[in-house]
Amino acid sequence: MSDAGLVVVLLGAGTYVLKALGPIYFGNRRELPSKFKTMALLLPTPLIAALVITSTFSSDNVITIDARIVGVIAAGIALWKKLPFVFVVVIAAFATALFRLIVV
Amino acid sequence: MAVNDAQRRSIRAQAISIGLAISPFGLAFGALCAESGIGVWEALGFSSIVFGGSSQFAAVSVLADDGTVIAAITAGLLLNLRSLAFGVSMAPSLKGSLLWRAGVSQLMIDESTAIGTSQGTHELRRYGYLWGGLSVFVLWNATTLIGVSVLSEAESLITDLGIDATIPAAFLGLIWNKLENAKHRAVAVIGAITALILIPFTPAGIPVIAAASAIIWVRPWTIREGDNYE
Repeated sequence: MSDAGLVVVLLGAGTYVLKALGPIYFGNRRELPSKFKTMALLLPTPLIAALVITSTFSSDNVITIDARIVGVIAAGIALWKKLPFVFVVVIAAFATALFRLIVV
Repeated sequence: MAVNDAQRRSIRAQAISIGLAISPFGLAFGALCAESGIGVWEALGFSSIVFGGSSQFAAVSVLADDGTVIAAITAGLLLNLRSLAFGVSMAPSLKGSLLWRAGVSQLMIDESTAIGTSQGTHELRRYGYLWGGLSVFVLWNATTLIGVSVLSEAESLITDLGIDATIPAAFLGLIWNKLENAKHRAVAVIGAITALILIPFTPAGIPVIAAASAIIWVRPWTIREGDNYE
């Protein structure tokens, strides 16, 4: 099996356990400690912020600055202007493509 | 009864608009798979079996940077820990046979829980959860399929059309609303800096996993019931 296939199966199984523990095991008999709940809700933010960084700058263990940064800045402006997500994604692609066309 | 029908209609409308809102991310996820050399079946496996947007992006990004399988799974699972909290809060509204509960659990994602938990009665909570979950499931898989199949035929399009920039843009979009909250903003900045510092020194995936430690800085052990972290 390919690495991606292995990740699908194992991450899929682990994720399913997390999803199903509530409805199947906990029912409405118990509550989670509020500290756990808060941490579980806070956790995605730094992880996704790190992913913004790695998917913008990283290629093969080197910090690379290329046309992707132009798209990310454009997306930031679009989000700040409260544009719908469809436009955010399209604007990011358009800005990066335009930059590549003109500069590279 | 008429009131209930109107509420159900508004829930369905909400579910479909959330499904449409995530569709560009589905296309971006398909594109990421194509860019990373992941095939159609594996891409659909991610979107149907894992079915958790941010964790799918994270796992595939780690693999694309030549990270290990373990790093990809760890990053994905950390992002999905919140499903456990969602499941516990939805459980009272999802009673039924074991098989039924096992089936509907697969839909335990941000969007279904958001629609479900904002309803007033158990019946409407279950209705909102199912509609939200199914709407996102169908549109997410359809757009993943379109993204991966169109773009794996034409890989040069990914850079020519700037589609590689949609990945960080999608991530930024996922956390943008959270950044209005000071605690989320703090952990986002610390997480981002941690990742930036670690990129040159650690294998792919580690900068992302290490960023989770950012939550220590807001001293989660001081959290009390009723504090605002949303």
